[in-house]
Amino acid sequence: MNELLEILEDIAPDVDFESCDTLIDDGYLESLDIVSIIAELSDAYDITIPAREIIPENFNSAEAMYSMVLRLMDE
Amino acid sequence: MLFTSYGFIAFLIVLFALYYLIPRRFQWLLLLIADALFYYCAGWQGLVFMAATVTVAWASTNLMSSSLAKQKSFLSSPPGKELSREERKAVKKQGEKYRKRIFILALVLDLGILAALKYTNFVIHNVNSLFGANIAGVDWLLPLGISFYTFQTVSYIIDVYWEKTEAEKNILRVALFTSFFPLLIQGPISRFGDLSRTLFAEHEPDFKQISFGLQRIIWGYFKKLVIADRLLAAVTTLCGDPTLYTGAYVFFGAMFYAAELYADFTGGIDITIGIAQVLGIRVQENFIRPFFSRNIAEYWRRWHISMGTWFKDYIFYPLSVAPWLLKLSKAARKKISDSFGRKLSVYVSTIITWFLTGLWHGAAWNFVVWGLLNAVFILAAEEFKPLSHRFRTKHERLVSSFGYRVFETLRTFLLVSSFRILDCYRDVAVSFKAFFSVFTDFNWGSAFGDLLNIGLSAGDYIIAGIGVVMMFTVSCIQEKHGEVRELIWQKKLLPYVLFTLLVLAVLVFGAYGVGYDSAQFIYNQF
Repeated sequence: MNELLEILEDIAPDVDFESCDTLIDDGYLESLDIVSIIAELSDAYDITIPAREIIPENFNSAEAMYSMVLRLMDE
Repeated sequence: MLFTSYGFIAFLIVLFALYYLIPRRFQWLLLLIADALFYYCAGWQGLVFMAATVTVAWASTNLMSSSLAKQKSFLSSPPGKELSREERKAVKKQGEKYRKRIFILALVLDLGILAALKYTNFVIHNVNSLFGANIAGVDWLLPLGISFYTFQTVSYIIDVYWEKTEAEKNILRVALFTSFFPLLIQGPISRFGDLSRTLFAEHEPDFKQISFGLQRIIWGYFKKLVIADRLLAAVTTLCGDPTLYTGAYVFFGAMFYAAELYADFTGGIDITIGIAQVLGIRVQENFIRPFFSRNIAEYWRRWHISMGTWFKDYIFYPLSVAPWLLKLSKAARKKISDSFGRKLSVYVSTIITWFLTGLWHGAAWNFVVWGLLNAVFILAAEEFKPLSHRFRTKHERLVSSFGYRVFETLRTFLLVSSFRILDCYRDVAVSFKAFFSVFTDFNWGSAFGDLLNIGLSAGDYIIAGIGVVMMFTVSCIQEKHGEVRELIWQKKLLPYVLFTLLVLAVLVFGAYGVGYDSAQFIYNQF
């Protein structure tokens, strides 16, 4: 989880990833940020994030992103 | 059947009456009959193409859905011994492969119809220009609303493939989703998951919702007939002769076009959403006061929202996670630089997405250049983000002031209005020449003097001016207090007085004239 937080803070330093759980719903992350996050996560965890996974529920919080990463690593 | 024709008004009155008179379970079937009638009026040939699109969407989604159901049932209770992890993976992979084939075939068929009918002449024209060939153009029919309904069905097929939406088994319901007449002219491009919740439901008459719907319809007609169609005369004159009307005239043309397009498109969407509301059907909003945007990215989150989200969800995201692009980014990070590689997938996806957005608007280079200009400015804003962040932190008081807000809003408005010059002149070279003439031909005096000679009388300016002020006031109230109709609804007589005044305004001040023929909605041609 700490590694993931580091990746996220590197991409969007102004966003409070530790407590915010409405990153998409409240517009803290824009589509360009999401794409950067996906590229970084794919690289760091050696996973493929398919387009069908790009839904607000998977990117609204750092925790949700972490769950998605774990799930995709398992598949 | 134009939205602004008397025939359409009569059609609506009969539909609204029948809709609430018949047994509720037949309401959606009545809508389907209304769609067929509406579409038939635009030419029966269009119905053939729409039927093909509906059949492709219905068959492909049901084949994918039954394959997934079979796979799930097999995995949950496999015959014989329990499956190993590898065996389960192999079963899943096999199913996915089958569904992918159907999915690709459906997209090729669906988009193939659109591509063939809309872009064949564009391709022929470019091949002729590039290779000096002399291939004759084709004279194929372009069915009404094909760009809108194709995108709508494509989103449905993708959503089923991505398992976001259940496949609809009844082909008539798929036909209604595809052909729902208020959405055919200019959207919003709706998603099956959103629209189906209310489209197929049974609706009791709800006085407040019907009143709100009618209010919205008349407000839409006011924008279209009193403002947009009036300003059309000036836009046509100014853009019709780019050699005569240069400099300040181009600026005036761009301003008139901004107001005309806004009134035309949002007016049409008001009519669309209003009709749906009277029928008890919820259609997503397509605009959130776009001219109040502070930057171009925000503008695109507020203008033609359904198109923006369509391209984001179905083009931009899938492209940006495409394995080839991620591989390219990785290679660029190693071989060129880390920061370049990081940005590569975002940049490539943005440029391709906006190229296609431009092409969707029309089969012509002016639209493509318009799309690419948007991409360039969005990416430039992204590049300048750190600089902008430093500026904002340093001058916090200034950037939070009202004056700075106005400056940012005006800057965005002028930028998007400048891009739209490409839409006015429909020619890339002419558009750029016209744009730069604003900075070289200082003919403001003669342009002001000519304002009464470009197709608008003093009375037209007053009426259009009052209309624009009304649109602006309503937008300000919405921005600050939310839904205007809810505010008015609290007052006893006010909704009825305003409704009557708007009806009178449309009848008296609508841009009718001798041999009147209301202009088609601008977005209908896309």
